[in-house]
Amino acid sequence: MGAATKTVQLLQGNAACARAALAAGCRFYAGYPISPSSEIAEVMARLLPPAGGKFIQMEDEIASLGAVIGASLAGVKGMTATSGPGFSLMQEHIGYACYAEVPCVIVNVMRGGPSTGLPTLPAQGDVMQARWGTHGDHPAIALCPSTPAEVYELTVLAFNLSERLRTPVILLMDEVVAHMYEKVDMRRLANLPVENRARPTCEPGKHAAFTPGADGVPVMAPFGDGYRYHVTGLAHDDRGYPTQDPKLVAATNRRLQEKTVRNREGLMRYELLDTEDAEVIVFAYGIVAAAARRAVREARKQGIRAGLFRPITLWPFPGEELAAACAGASRVIVAEMNLGQMSGEVQRVIGRSKDVESCLKADGEAISPEEILLAIEGKEVRHV
Amino acid sequence: MFDFREYLRMEMFPHMLCPGCGHGIVLGALLRAIHSLKLTKDEIVVVSGIGCSSRLAGYVDFNTLHTTHGRPLAFATGIKLARPELTVIVITGDGDGLSIGGNHLIHAARRNVGLTCLLLNNQIYGMTGGQFAPTTQIGRVSTTSPKGQYETPFDSCKLAEAAGASFVARGITYEPSALEKLIVAAIENKGFSFLEVASDCPEFFGRFNKLGNPADQILMQKQNVVDVEAAAALPAERLRGKMLTGILHHEPRPEYGAVYAESVA
Repeated sequence: MGAATKTVQLLQGNAACARAALAAGCRFYAGYPISPSSEIAEVMARLLPPAGGKFIQMEDEIASLGAVIGASLAGVKGMTATSGPGFSLMQEHIGYACYAEVPCVIVNVMRGGPSTGLPTLPAQGDVMQARWGTHGDHPAIALCPSTPAEVYELTVLAFNLSERLRTPVILLMDEVVAHMYEKVDMRRLANLPVENRARPTCEPGKHAAFTPGADGVPVMAPFGDGYRYHVTGLAHDDRGYPTQDPKLVAATNRRLQEKTVRNREGLMRYELLDTEDAEVIVFAYGIVAAAARRAVREARKQGIRAGLFRPITLWPFPGEELAAACAGASRVIVAEMNLGQMSGEVQRVIGRSKDVESCLKADGEAISPEEILLAIEGKEVRHV
Repeated sequence: MFDFREYLRMEMFPHMLCPGCGHGIVLGALLRAIHSLKLTKDEIVVVSGIGCSSRLAGYVDFNTLHTTHGRPLAFATGIKLARPELTVIVITGDGDGLSIGGNHLIHAARRNVGLTCLLLNNQIYGMTGGQFAPTTQIGRVSTTSPKGQYETPFDSCKLAEAAGASFVARGITYEPSALEKLIVAAIENKGFSFLEVASDCPEFFGRFNKLGNPADQILMQKQNVVDVEAAAALPAERLRGKMLTGILHHEPRPEYGAVYAESVA
């Protein structure tokens, strides 16, 4: 039998993502080749047909996400994967999926930017784009794994959250995590719970397509099951019909924003390492968190009380959790592979009582533990 | 008995199209075609993009999806692959389908995905106030070609055929019953069917170009075309400057889903 049945597997980040998508019930993949995400499409092209799913290589990234949204509306869980330039092209459809409330998963393996940038080198320059890339106010969920095993787990979570909240979920990997191989114990991962969107139980004709339930999420009917309704990217009422009524527009826009607030439980994921007594907290995510973990341990050996706050859910931003973790610390260092995108967010959360220090890099190279250690030691400190 | 009200969301009326707009004639033909094919409302999905013609999707009582500008064929491809048993009809316009969405059109045609694409060609961007489109004929006035259009227009039917559509046809709103038959044939074709329909825009195209009242403009369509079968017997000079109507190309080949199932097995 194949690798899927082995207890311990050697898994690459991108391959872990594809396998997890299958396990989460994904049966539709549409994508356009782009480094460093291509292995996800390659694995999906092999694994989807025997699972009864469909794979299609579309003409571009815009079409890819369009096709995924179409498949999802027809009742089939869908995913696409890309990198920076393709992620930029997908932004309009991310907004569409937010507004029309269509579950889908978008994987962005971040490479150096802007523009064509550094096609096969790592970066974390798309974290703000994942939040605000599409126009207008909208909810955003972005998850950021730091190991191939976590890629697997968060891909399943991405599908679950997407199905639960009827919203697109973005999985943000950096190139290192995507291409890293790791021995992964599949025993727990293979049995992660899988969630499916709620479907209407009422008679067709009585289903109000966008009337929210108690959790703010409307029940979703797939096309073709007798619940005929209208879906549009225009501002719409509870039937899905276009409207410009300020009250209705305001209510929907607010409800969409609040989906991630009202359902915060199960959504906010983060990891704390030695933060209880920490004087210095390092904030790092993705592969940088792996370097930060090592730096924190080294610092502890030197007697510096360092700790790590690793956001796993980047959006919504785990502000309350971060503020609590940083309350007793005198210094906060943000280490990230960009020019300070999350540093501003961290500063906003911890307030002006202490200046966020930063350890930043946007040159195509990963940040090393030594560089973060220097920052912890206060030898190389930059303020945002 | 055909009753158009059975297929419309009457609660959506009055509609937002301008008086004299030809799009309603196309919608009427589409509904009669669906009725004559005895398709149920539940098995039909109508997908549209952005523009005047794309707003038709909101008024019909099917599964309806009003997507983004230029991308309805991409969404429709996902739906068709996910639920092959559904009849997926795409309504697009000349700007939506040939300009911003031109790439999706040629690739949907190349793949021969089982979709029926109705492209309503009124030679203008109506929703945004009357700018020229990729089908605007040379010399025609629009808000962005105030001295007359100078870019060469697309012949969308030739484009679709060259890209691999297995069914290509052109109809006009002057001939709604012929149009209905073309739509029936387009839906019956298993692969990608492309149907361009000349429609009029009295509010912008007609007014800017002083083409008379809506009836005059519909009549003009008749004067601008020759039926493809009649054309075979006509000398070349009689066809100069004329568009061909009718079924222009029908070469059935296996639909994308069937090819896919066989190829990945």
